[in-house]
Amino acid sequence: MLELPALGWQSIVIFVVFAVSLLIATYCTYAERVIAAFLQDRVGPDRAGPYGLLQPLADAVKMFTKEEFFPGGANKALFVFGPCLAMITALMSSAVIPFGNNMSFGNNAFFLQGIEVNIGMLWVFGVVSLGVYGVMIGGWASNNKFSLLGAIRAASQNISYELAMGMSLIAVLMISGTLSLREITLQQSVAGEWQFWNIAKQPLGFIIFLVCAFAETNRTPFDLPECETELVGGYHTEYSSMKLGLYLFSEYVNIFVVSAVMSVLYFGGFNFPFQYELRDWLVSNHDWTLAGAQNLITLLGTVGLFLKIFAFIFFFMWIRWTLPRFRYDQLMRLGWTILIPLAVFNIVLTGGLILFGVI
Amino acid sequence: MSPIFLFLTFVALLSALGVVFAKNPVHSVLFLILTFFSLSGHYLLLNAQFVAAVNIIVYAGAIMVLFLFVIMFLNLNVDTEPHKPALAKIAAAIAGGTLLLILTAAMKDIEPLGMAAGATFNSQIGMVDQLGMKLYTEYLLPFELASVLFLVAMVGAVMLGKREVGERNF
Repeated sequence: MLELPALGWQSIVIFVVFAVSLLIATYCTYAERVIAAFLQDRVGPDRAGPYGLLQPLADAVKMFTKEEFFPGGANKALFVFGPCLAMITALMSSAVIPFGNNMSFGNNAFFLQGIEVNIGMLWVFGVVSLGVYGVMIGGWASNNKFSLLGAIRAASQNISYELAMGMSLIAVLMISGTLSLREITLQQSVAGEWQFWNIAKQPLGFIIFLVCAFAETNRTPFDLPECETELVGGYHTEYSSMKLGLYLFSEYVNIFVVSAVMSVLYFGGFNFPFQYELRDWLVSNHDWTLAGAQNLITLLGTVGLFLKIFAFIFFFMWIRWTLPRFRYDQLMRLGWTILIPLAVFNIVLTGGLILFGVI
Repeated sequence: MSPIFLFLTFVALLSALGVVFAKNPVHSVLFLILTFFSLSGHYLLLNAQFVAAVNIIVYAGAIMVLFLFVIMFLNLNVDTEPHKPALAKIAAAIAGGTLLLILTAAMKDIEPLGMAAGATFNSQIGMVDQLGMKLYTEYLLPFELASVLFLVAMVGAVMLGKREVGERNF
C-alpha cells in the first residue's frame, strides 16, 4: 500500500513549503519591478512602505477590490476554473522538491521536503505538463479571439518544448540512475571525495533545460501566449480582478518552482562546498554533537539552495528586460529543429561518456 | 475495499459518464482528463508509481492537450451537429450491447494474478527499477523496436515542420 505522508512534523514542512512558495511569488512581483527599474535606470516602486516593500500588499488590495468582469457569451464555470487550475498546478510541483537534508531532534527526524517519492522527477515533469490547461481553458472560456489565439499558442508551445525538456531530463537520469530528487541531490556531493555538481557533467543538457524552462513558464523571450503587441493580453485579455491576479501569480510560482528544479538537478540542490569538512571541524574542534552539526549543515544547505533559487529568479528577470520577444515561427523552429536534435545528441553523448567511463 | 479505492472508482465512473453525456465537447475533454487522473490514483493504490506518473504525463499532459487544441479550433455547436437516423441509433445500441456482453462473458472467469490462494504479490513490482529490469531483459526487443518507432515519428515531425525551398512563413 502507498503510505500517506506522515502527519506531525512532515505536515508542518508541507505547510511551510506552501507558505514559502506563495511568499516568494509575492515578492517576485516586487523584484520584477525593482530589477526592471534598475536595468532601465529608473526609480521603480518606492512609495508603499520603506523601499516600496509593501508594494505587493498594495497590489493585492487593488486586485481584490477591482470589478469582477465576465465577458458576454463566456463559459462562466470554465472562466473561473481556468485561473484556479493555473494556480493549483503551479503549487503542486513544489511538493517533491528537497529544500534541505534531514534534521533530527532527539528521536524525531524529518526531511525538509514535502513528500519523498521515488518518481520525484516524473512528478515535476507531469505537473509542469498540466500547467498549460489553466491557460488553455481560461483563454477558450473568455469567448474572445485574442484569448483563443493566446490559448492555442500556449498549447502548441508547451507541447513542443516539453519534448526537448523531457529528453534533457533523460540525460540527467542516465548519470544519476534514479528519479528521486533527494537521491539526485545527495549524489552530487559525497563526503571525502571530489564530486562535481551535475552542471559539470551536463552543460549542454542544462542549457536545453533552461531554454525550455523559459518557454514552459511563458517568460520573455517566449511569452507569445500573452504577447501584448499582437494579442492585446493573450489568454488573459478578458480577465480582471483577482482572477487576473491568480494568472500573474501562478507565473511567478512557476518561475520559483522551475528555478528550484534547476538548482536541484544541476547545481547541487542543498549541497554547498566543504559542508562535510565544516561538520567534522565543528564536531572535533568545538564539541558539537554530530546531530547538532548535521542540523546546522542542513539549515545552511537550505539557505544555500534558496540563494541558488534567487539567483535563477534574478536571471529570469534579467533575461526578460534584456531580450526582445521571438516571432512565433522562430519559436517553433527553435523548439523542433534545434533543441530536440540537440537533446537527442546530448543523450547519445551522455551514453557514450558513461560507456567509456568518463562520467 | 478501502475508502480511497471506492472514492476513486466513483470519480472515475462519474467522469467517464460525463465524457459521454456532456453536451459541450470541451467539457467532455475535461471529464476525460479527470478520468485519467482517477485511473492514475488507482495505479498509485497498486503501488505502480511509474505507470501512474507516465499516465499523467502522456495522456493528461500531452494527448489531451492536443485533443483540446483541435476541439478549440472546431465550432461544434449543438444545432450544427447532424442527427443520426433512428435505424443507425438502434444498430449502434445493439452492436455496443453485444460488445459489452462479450467482454463481460470473457472476463467473468478471469482470476487476477496474485489473487489465487497462496499466491504472493510482490509490492515492489510497479517500481521504476523493477519495471526497467523487466523491460530491458525479458522484453528487450519489443521495447527497442517501440523506441525506434518513436524516434522515427519524432524525426518525421521535424522533417514535416522544416521549411521547404522558396516557402516563406511571414
